[in-house]
Amino acid sequence: MINKSAVFDIDKIRSDFPVLSCTVYGKKLVYFDNGATTQKPKQVINAITEAYSKYYSNIHRGVHALSDISSEKYESARERIRSFINASAKEEIVFTSGTTASINLVAFSFGERYISQGDEVLISELEHHANIVPWQMMCERKDAHLRVIPVNDDGTLHLEDLDHLITEKTKIVAVSQVSNALGVIVPVKEIIEKAHEKNIPVLVDGAQGIQHGHVDVRKLDCDFYVFSGHKVYGPTGIGVLYGKREWLEEMPPCQGGGDMVERVTFEKTTYNELPFKFEAGTVNFVGAIGLATALEYIEATGMDNIVRQEADLKVYADERIKATGGIRVYGNTQNKISIISFLIDKIHPYDAGLILDKMGIAVRTGSHCAQPIMARFGIDGTIRASLCFYNTREEIDILIAGIEKVKSMML
Amino acid sequence: MSYHDLTVREVQDEIIKEFSLFDDWMDRYDHLIEEGKELPVMDEKFRKSEYLVEGCQSRVWLYPEFTDGKVYFKAESDALIVRGIIALLVKVLSGRTPDEIMDADLYFIEETGLRQNLSPTRSNGLLAMLKQMKLYAIAYKAKKES
Repeated sequence: MINKSAVFDIDKIRSDFPVLSCTVYGKKLVYFDNGATTQKPKQVINAITEAYSKYYSNIHRGVHALSDISSEKYESARERIRSFINASAKEEIVFTSGTTASINLVAFSFGERYISQGDEVLISELEHHANIVPWQMMCERKDAHLRVIPVNDDGTLHLEDLDHLITEKTKIVAVSQVSNALGVIVPVKEIIEKAHEKNIPVLVDGAQGIQHGHVDVRKLDCDFYVFSGHKVYGPTGIGVLYGKREWLEEMPPCQGGGDMVERVTFEKTTYNELPFKFEAGTVNFVGAIGLATALEYIEATGMDNIVRQEADLKVYADERIKATGGIRVYGNTQNKISIISFLIDKIHPYDAGLILDKMGIAVRTGSHCAQPIMARFGIDGTIRASLCFYNTREEIDILIAGIEKVKSMML
Repeated sequence: MSYHDLTVREVQDEIIKEFSLFDDWMDRYDHLIEEGKELPVMDEKFRKSEYLVEGCQSRVWLYPEFTDGKVYFKAESDALIVRGIIALLVKVLSGRTPDEIMDADLYFIEETGLRQNLSPTRSNGLLAMLKQMKLYAIAYKAKKES
């Protein structure tokens, strides 16, 4: 019998994603903005439609049949996420609205419980604003300090500094698994090991990591792992916070409301158990069901196939970009995902983006919500082509033709 | 500065006529790049943070002068296509009275297909620049009347 996951039929895969067959300005869409958000397979769209049309009802509250079905689907979604990242228990999976909300939750609740005046939080220079600002806000509140692991010229972290950056005052380390602006893969395992030598917990921002390779939170031994549904082929407005039970048990909730309580009186409220303690109010349970379906889709496609296809696209794009004159790539290392962040001669990225857009090519231009790393390279922004497994070599050829067109118009 | 002899509407109609010659977006962008080349380069001394209009995709600087009851604008951008659109806005609104600027209905933006470049979500500084031009007009009018 043929192993289903070994078959990778690109035409079939592309036909699963309705938006990929769109035309823009009369041109075939080339969607290279997957770092911002990914398209959704019809399986996910159907799961959402089914939830709203066949069994929609609020979870955890009802005595009635539909509420039971919704609750059951929601909790099954939690189990699906647990198994996808290989967490030990469902209680360690908290649904949030996305990576940003997950980091804010940890920054607040961990900060309330563990951070005092003079303490330090360690992040890196290539973080997305979502993994900078929540820590900054917490440091301001607690009179603590933010420390930063610097970045080398090739976009990799300068880990030689790690030993003196992790001090007895460091209370938590928060780093990206993959840089959203450059595509560079961060050696999070090594950072976690170093931090754990001093008993310091590590949060891994997996927003750009979860969709590009196997994630095993137990193997990584990270203390927190966060990601967004919409960047991993799931719906918008749903995200995940994985946290080791020992931390989540100790951390106070950051939002109060329904469902997160055990007993409420005006004198005192006791909180519900994990993970509900962190899920106040009606959560986006339809989003969670959609996300679980997206992860099922990935498993059916095969993460190994995805990794192989994206590696092939990366190599091909690198070759074509290198052969095109006048391009400067930021994040010049082999240890990258299929993101190419670049500038063309002295051409402003926004001008390039406008012209590429009119050729049907969707890229992101600007600072990619990571101004410090742009400042590190002395630039305001780049053009970012972020590819994923449903993209093709032909689309890369169209991008290269687009770059030539930009050059002919702007130089 | 012959455009100052025309009304706000006449300048816009002129721009719309020029744009109607192009049915392809690349030709329109080529035309905008050319328009941008006609905009005088802004002196470095005006490229200061106090004249910088917010925008995270591209940067736009706007410097106003009020002479003989009219507002004159100098403007600059680091992106060429944005610079072309700036040149059009300056052509339409510079050298006008505060009332003309405040009352100007800028229908050419819609009719040339440039609307999406002035949408709040683009964050390229153009919409902020347009708002700022109108704010300067209001301020100069208030100053004149006081």
